[in-house]
Amino acid sequence: MLTCKQFLRELNDYLDPNTDPDLKRHLESHVTECPNCFVVVDTTKKTLQVYKGCEPQTIPEDVRSRLWKALERKIAAKKQTQT
Amino acid sequence: MSLTPTTAPLVFDEALLVAKAKAGDAQAFTDLVNQYERKIYRLAKHITQNDEDAEDVLQEAFLKAYEHLDTFQGNSKFYTWIVRIAVNEALMKLRKRKGDRTVPLDEPVDTGEEMVTREIAVWEDNPEQRYSREEMQEILDRAVESLKPDFRTVFVLRDIEELSTEETAETLGISVPAVKSRLLRARLALREKLTRQFRRKGEDAFAYL
Repeated sequence: MLTCKQFLRELNDYLDPNTDPDLKRHLESHVTECPNCFVVVDTTKKTLQVYKGCEPQTIPEDVRSRLWKALERKIAAKKQTQT
Repeated sequence: MSLTPTTAPLVFDEALLVAKAKAGDAQAFTDLVNQYERKIYRLAKHITQNDEDAEDVLQEAFLKAYEHLDTFQGNSKFYTWIVRIAVNEALMKLRKRKGDRTVPLDEPVDTGEEMVTREIAVWEDNPEQRYSREEMQEILDRAVESLKPDFRTVFVLRDIEELSTEETAETLGISVPAVKSRLLRARLALREKLTRQFRRKGEDAFAYL
């Protein structure tokens, strides 16, 4: 049986849906026996979920307006060199 | 001519827009900017942790992309390309910042650091519903901010921007094992911090046992 430390080193593989099923089963055997690692797995999954569920915030209006002005200048300058 | 930032088109065809933009269609390029500006700004904020630097990174990334559009080969997605430009700009900002003692990203990983799992507790149900969107955002941002820059950058690219391990390694110029190792430590460190915030209180706290 894996130790908690050995299991933790493989945690990313355990969470990766593309991991080889044999390796996954091997890791699973630790999680079913170890309540602490079960909680670590569960809360790590939730950590990833809350970050993934986060929509990017809007850009402050003044920042966005300066970006678009800079782009406008750049595009106009490029057009000028082409004509 | 005047560019008006609009909302992104309903059907977003990145490859078509890139082809048009490369052929000189400025509106197609602005559609690409519309689509990705918020993500690039978020990425810049996460890496630099500084409003002014994030704004510079946002501008530089899109201006450079426009300038060098003809060199974009189309082997990768435009989004991955623009992320790479933005990450390079953001890392330069980090390194330039006065008094910044950031470890360069290409340094070997400090494998001596233990993986931390001190906080073993189940979370309250649906923490997303207990906090306002702004509060939640602040909690998550604060946790990311507390990571060391090399862990933070890998986490942002892999788990927020959803680049693959290989794309992350290539973007940062580090090895695949280094990405994996930093990602694991970053995830565990964030789990630790968020558990302190979201742990179930009271007698249900050990309900999993």
